[in-house]
Amino acid sequence: MSKPSELVQGTLDMLVLKILALEPLNGWAVSQRLKQMSSDVLGVSDGSLYPALHKLEQRGWITARWKLSENNRRSKFYSLTQLGRKQLEKQAADWNRLSAAISGIVKLKEA
Amino acid sequence: MTFEQWLYTLPLRLRSRFRRKQVDQELEDELRDHLEQQTKENLAAGMTPEEARYSALLALGGMTQIEQRCRDARGGNVIDDLVQDLRYGFRQLWRSRGFTLLAILCLTLGIGANTAVFSWIEGILFRPYPAVVHQERLFALAGTARGKAGPTPLSWPDFLDLQRSCTLCDAFFVSKITGSTLNVGERAEITRGSIVSANYFDAIGVHPVLGRGFEPGEDVGSDAHPVAVISYQLWRNRFKSDPQIVGKMQRLNNVPHTIIGVAPEGFYGTFVGWAMHFWVPASMEETFESGGYKLEDRGARWIESYVRLKPGVTRAQAQEEISAIAARLEANYPATNRGRAIRLWPLWQTPFNNAGTLLPTLEIMLAVVAFVLLIACANVGNLLLVRSFARRREMTVRLAIGASRRRLLKQLLTEGLILSTLGAAGGLLVANWCRHALVLLLPAHSGVAMYLPGEIDWRVMSLSAGICLIATLIVGLVPALQTRNLDVAGALKAESSGVVGARGTAWVRSGLVVFQVCLSFVLLVGAALLLQSLQKIRTASPGFSTTNVVQTGVSLISAGYDVPQAETFQKELMDRLRALPGVESAAFARVTPLGYGSYSSTPIAVDGYQPPPEEQTTVDYNQVSPDYFATLGIPLVSGREFTRTDDENAPLVAIVNQTMAARYWRDQDPIDRRLQVKGRWVRVIGVAADSKYESMRESPKPFFYVPLLQDFVRGPALYIRSAQPLQSISSALLREVDALDGNLALYETITLQEQVNRSTSPQLVAVTLVSILGGLALLLAAVGLYGVMSYAVAQSSREFGLRMALGAGTASMFRRVISGGLRLTAVGVLCGATAGLAFTRLFGTLLYNVTPRDPLAFGLALAVMTITSVVACLVPAWRATRTDPARVLRD
Repeated sequence: MSKPSELVQGTLDMLVLKILALEPLNGWAVSQRLKQMSSDVLGVSDGSLYPALHKLEQRGWITARWKLSENNRRSKFYSLTQLGRKQLEKQAADWNRLSAAISGIVKLKEA
Repeated sequence: MTFEQWLYTLPLRLRSRFRRKQVDQELEDELRDHLEQQTKENLAAGMTPEEARYSALLALGGMTQIEQRCRDARGGNVIDDLVQDLRYGFRQLWRSRGFTLLAILCLTLGIGANTAVFSWIEGILFRPYPAVVHQERLFALAGTARGKAGPTPLSWPDFLDLQRSCTLCDAFFVSKITGSTLNVGERAEITRGSIVSANYFDAIGVHPVLGRGFEPGEDVGSDAHPVAVISYQLWRNRFKSDPQIVGKMQRLNNVPHTIIGVAPEGFYGTFVGWAMHFWVPASMEETFESGGYKLEDRGARWIESYVRLKPGVTRAQAQEEISAIAARLEANYPATNRGRAIRLWPLWQTPFNNAGTLLPTLEIMLAVVAFVLLIACANVGNLLLVRSFARRREMTVRLAIGASRRRLLKQLLTEGLILSTLGAAGGLLVANWCRHALVLLLPAHSGVAMYLPGEIDWRVMSLSAGICLIATLIVGLVPALQTRNLDVAGALKAESSGVVGARGTAWVRSGLVVFQVCLSFVLLVGAALLLQSLQKIRTASPGFSTTNVVQTGVSLISAGYDVPQAETFQKELMDRLRALPGVESAAFARVTPLGYGSYSSTPIAVDGYQPPPEEQTTVDYNQVSPDYFATLGIPLVSGREFTRTDDENAPLVAIVNQTMAARYWRDQDPIDRRLQVKGRWVRVIGVAADSKYESMRESPKPFFYVPLLQDFVRGPALYIRSAQPLQSISSALLREVDALDGNLALYETITLQEQVNRSTSPQLVAVTLVSILGGLALLLAAVGLYGVMSYAVAQSSREFGLRMALGAGTASMFRRVISGGLRLTAVGVLCGATAGLAFTRLFGTLLYNVTPRDPLAFGLALAVMTITSVVACLVPAWRATRTDPARVLRD
């Protein structure tokens, strides 16, 4: 199976929001979770994750706090804000509509 | 980005702007944390430490690059830009200090004038009583009488009935201005105070800092409770802040009062125009008011009162309830209340203090200062245009190296913001200096200056801030519009041609000047109208002579005279005055014409006159002594004056004025006819010419006079007719009064002309303010015209040089510039005249015998405007004639 070369625009934001909606995590954990959940299909590089996190924070969708992690390291934890939750709902709804439409088209039988 | 998001992330933005180092450090820590965890993972997967670290870095894609991308993700920072723009703007403005100073000065004048007027409106009209709670629900209460224009005071019993029956109101209270000669230690001075209801201090939420306020019941009875609360100022200045003041005795109007309390600092009572320094309960009214005991007399209307509505009650609802109560009173007490209603007045229209008097003036001032602000903005806009032309190259370079037009616009607006903020700061200072300026325009009465403070509170501040923002937009947008015309390539290529956008600029600049001329022309017309009207009102005949008559009075009530004592004194004083050399005649009257006191009024009946059902037959009258008409110079049309024999033992008589004679006796002679006054029949013995009674602006109304001896009052006003100067009459009078009783104080002695002048002081205030601001506007417009013309001359030096080289004389150059300036003026004047016709209608209530379209005023304004324009164009025209053709052609 080939990897999609680039993530559909804006999809990374939605994935990150979704992951953070489950529990607050630090950057490294988010990258691990992305890899596990998408079974490496998406292949998000750690390089694009951090700018995305900062952008989301700047928009007020997620918020960051320095906390001690399980193994007692100071680490920056991100969590979803009220605004972020609304944004996630909106993006997810958009995504569902879009994917339903696209898969509908893809499933059309060729004459 | 939504506003919510913006607000939410504001702290974040501020942090990344002002804590840049810390933010960068955190970013680094965050990435290092990631690297270390990844390395650990890699080690666990069996890599060598070297390998593990390298692979982790590789996955991340290089620390520095990621850091930069993260910073970029944070996006362009609005605050960053703003700080940068501010810094750059200040530098730019500092570089051209002359321009900056002039611009700030213009804006300071414009914003300062506005803020000053706002502060007056706030401090005099909207929230006139500092320290009084809930002024937004406070209304003035006054009566009206059918067929009589203007409000009347209320009677005490009516007030009590209102207080008892009104359910929509929180509190009713009385506050009636009075005065007293106050002797503390060596010094005696006239002090203003209020006669109040006992609930006064509780109702307004003011609590004495020492002692107590009045207790319920202290406003009941005749001279029953001689107690007083004094003002903080009086306590500090005259009683040296005596901590033991409560319980001490102080004579007020010669009656010892116990001082029971000291009002808090910053509380000046509830009267617009004067600061109050003592308060006595209504039960003491006889001591301070003429007319005897009035607390049980429903027909004696003397009180000034206020009402505070319950929260949520509208004025209309309260008015409805109060009208219903008034109607009930009318039905129950027809003898005193027929045709009487009671009305609520917003504080700014309070009929019995100076709020109502100053309202029309301040309304006009609002429009006038808005004009001045617009003119100032136009001037600054013009200055900025010239500068933006000079900065054309800077702008084009910035555009060429990739600045967006939006960014340039932001820059220009920021510069405008700096200018207008500095202007607003200056304006607040100006307004602060002007807080007490209104008082300077109004005459002091009896040596006591009026108290009309402006108030600069958050409402005034936010209005000024709003104005500042509008000014910023106007001032910043004018040059910003010019950047639209910038042609990057063209401007960079051909800098010397210097005509980029020139045509557009010239058009905008001329437009601004026309606008300025137009507005200042309107103000000039306004000033001319008001000036003319003031001159007319001050020279108009009030129906009595204003020259060679002085007005004064002796304070008998405050000296404790009873009626027989006063009768003797007044008779003796009159004899002595008549014997004085140079005194032609002298007379007493209860109420002075055009003064503050109110006339007695009575329902009348006339034999053979059947009033139409809706007509009100209440007429005002005055109590006057023999020789009153001779002394004041009011001609008698027929019949005779009162004489000394018209006393309490003689048949009752009256003299009516012409309007009254014409209305009630039609074409017949009223002499020897009967007139019913307060239920008693009196005989008409004379008809006097009409005169002015309450205001110079009133139209003729029925009025009559009764002899003072048949309706006696203590200490009436005194008139002396004499050709001698005021000073010598007043010292002679003082000698005579002293000879009779050394303890008596004289009221202020003034000429009747001064009395007329005082009654027209609102007109004087309006004229002065509009003239000052009109002059200011004219000056600003002249500066604007001068700027445009000098710039035009500088721009067309080539043209002038060519013309001169071809043989044009300096005179024709001169004419060219002047006529150019006059053309702009002419267009402005034309617009101004059109606008003026609409605007001057606002002056209606202040004008006296002058139509708002008075051609003389328009002509005068035109002349002043033309002369000013010519003067403004002289220097540029002179410069045009100095053009050196040789040099211009060489360049």
